[in-house]
Amino acid sequence: MCECSCADKKDIYLPALATVSKQELLNDTEMYLHLQLDSGEPLGHAAGQFVEVSVAGLGEAPISVSSSPTQDGFELVVRNVGSVTNAIHNLKAGDKLGIRGPYGSGYGIDELKGKDLVFICGGIGLVPQRSLINYVIDNRGDFGAVTILQGTKDYTQRFFTDELARWDAMDDITMLETIDEAHPEWSGNVGVVTTLIPKIDIDLTQAAILVCGPPIMYKFVLITMKEKNVAKENIFVNLERRMKCGVGKCGHCQMNGQYVCQSGPVYRYSDLDNIPEAI
Amino acid sequence: MSMKKISKTGFGEFITHIINTDGNVYGVQAKTEAKGDRFAFGPLTSADDLRLDYDVTLSPPKKYLLPPKETLVKYEVGGGYESSICKCKSILIGVHPYDLVAIKQMDELFSQDEYDTHYMTRRRNTTIIACDVAKASPNVFASSMGTATVTDGYDILLTDIGGAYVAHAATEKGEALLTEAAPSAGDATEADIAARKAVQDKNDTGLNQHELKCGPADIPGLLEKGYDSPVWEEKAATCYSCGSCNLTCPTCYCFDVQDDVAWSLKEGARHRAWDGCLLENFANVAGDHNFRKKREARYRHRLYRKGSYIPKKLGGEIACVGCGRCVGACLPDIANPVAVYNQLLEETK
Ligand SMILES: Cc1cc2nc3c(=O)[nH]c(=O)nc-3n(C[C@H](O)[C@H](O)[C@H](O)COP(=O)(O)OP(=O)(O)OC[C@H]3O[C@@H](n4cnc5c(N)ncnc54)[C@H](O)[C@@H]3O)c2cc1C
Ligand code: SF4
Ligand code: SF4
Ligand code: FES
Repeated sequence: MCECSCADKKDIYLPALATVSKQELLNDTEMYLHLQLDSGEPLGHAAGQFVEVSVAGLGEAPISVSSSPTQDGFELVVRNVGSVTNAIHNLKAGDKLGIRGPYGSGYGIDELKGKDLVFICGGIGLVPQRSLINYVIDNRGDFGAVTILQGTKDYTQRFFTDELARWDAMDDITMLETIDEAHPEWSGNVGVVTTLIPKIDIDLTQAAILVCGPPIMYKFVLITMKEKNVAKENIFVNLERRMKCGVGKCGHCQMNGQYVCQSGPVYRYSDLDNIPEAI
Repeated sequence: MSMKKISKTGFGEFITHIINTDGNVYGVQAKTEAKGDRFAFGPLTSADDLRLDYDVTLSPPKKYLLPPKETLVKYEVGGGYESSICKCKSILIGVHPYDLVAIKQMDELFSQDEYDTHYMTRRRNTTIIACDVAKASPNVFASSMGTATVTDGYDILLTDIGGAYVAHAATEKGEALLTEAAPSAGDATEADIAARKAVQDKNDTGLNQHELKCGPADIPGLLEKGYDSPVWEEKAATCYSCGSCNLTCPTCYCFDVQDDVAWSLKEGARHRAWDGCLLENFANVAGDHNFRKKREARYRHRLYRKGSYIPKKLGGEIACVGCGRCVGACLPDIANPVAVYNQLLEETK
């Protein structure tokens, strides 16, 4: 007989089941999924949080929740890079996935209220940012001007193009997009995402700058922000690390003393001053 | 709680009783090798095999609480998930004080924030019969770390006072076991208690083959200044990234999570398995990006975990207990934490 009272504690490694209600391949590498927990409960996430997605027999992968908490069910966008993510690409509507979470600290919404927001996204960096963008749209009065910068390597990798067009059509959102290399179908800006920064027509020093993209992008965006005299306190970065447990135990996500699965993946840049392993 | 005296013959009966009545009993035993005896925890089937005069075990007793590989959940492919929690009871005999301190730290780390039912269930179903160190190992520095003796964390603590053992029960569980398995043991006399104290006093200063030239409480401060010290590159230059220093450490608890599917392809299990931050791919993500690519970064991370990061979760307690196992396990002889901390101390003078 077990001598402990832990029977009433939940198992932090036990996934809950969710059912795929919709799926769509967005481009060669990105799969969109809309899911609903089988329990009927909402996921209960905050913008910027992630879940551990579980495929029986293959393992788990940390994936950002891409939808806003204001929406029904939840959405994920998954790039096929390995065993778990490839399996996710083979799912059809009606199939089941295991879900643990939501985990992480997300964007501190309260700290962003009333501010002008500038989203700087590189490639699939759009995926987690989208949860906050749509939250802001659904609570538009709580925030100031909204500017969205999206950079994609090449034209064929663009995704959520209808949604980008919808944001672009909104009067109270400035949407700027670029691709790294010219393409016959593309008449917009060509160049890396930082080439869009001079086109922002609000006072950057008064705005909250929200950045998410590949590691190399941070370096360039942060240099530009420094040149523009944007205080580190006003910059929020979304960091990726290897994650296994998602709950501060396995040690994989550690960057110096911080557990990214708990205190991240979103960080205020000024909080990273004493964390040399961060960027 | 009570302090009893058990004669050496009575002690054999005590252990025999435990072996005969309890399911999983693990104790320290010798493996005789050319260079002399080496010791290890293993299933105990005879009281005669128990060696409480050992110096250090090859691997720490951690494996009974956090097994090298342990099932977390089971599932049917395409179906639901089910928790797999081991509720077996076990008794560990012969745990040294420094290893007890490590276990107490793991208890805290696995229960704080998110409660780990897998570890905690095993822990609560484990009875620990500890023993004071009878012989210093070649690399122990527990005296430097303040972990050479303990006053709690065990169910029963045994101290060899020559002709007999003094047994201190610190929990109800320990008390009950003592009454049941050693019914003839009488209360320890004042002289016995003094003899016990003499053993502990000796250990408090005598388990010190490597001497830390500051107090353990000074380590976080040293590390705060030492991040860019040349010591990391110097030491790590010969590191094999073999992870032995992680593997043998009683306070290392990082793990990997892996899935296995049965041959039927219908059901499977998810396990966790020990991992080590010194291993090259520990911090790899997709696109072959490694957040700790350089050996010195991985080497430094281990020392910072022990001396700075984990202490923040433990109210300042240092997550190195001075067992010295990593020192003996490291082929290029660079893993000794005392050597690093002392060098940092020199540099910051
Ligand atoms: C907080 C967070 C949010 C994320 N959000 C998304 C998202 O919204 N969409 C998306 O497509 N991807 C996201 N990722 C990345 C995604 O987790 C990895 O691509 C995925 O874990 C790879 O798993 P796999 O089994 O398919 O690959 P594997 O077969 O395991 O390995 C392929 C490669 O991925 C690396 N890798 C293995 N495990 C991890 C891990 N846990 N984290 C990162 N890399 C790993 C391996 O080193 C290897 O190079 C996120 C990562 C984090 C940390
Ligand atoms: S420090 Fe020593 S034991 Fe640790 S990984 Fe390097 S060579 Fe191996
Ligand atoms: S770091 Fe070395 S000496 Fe310290 S507890 Fe771990 S194995 Fe023992
Ligand atoms: S992912 Fe395991 S500690 Fe963060």
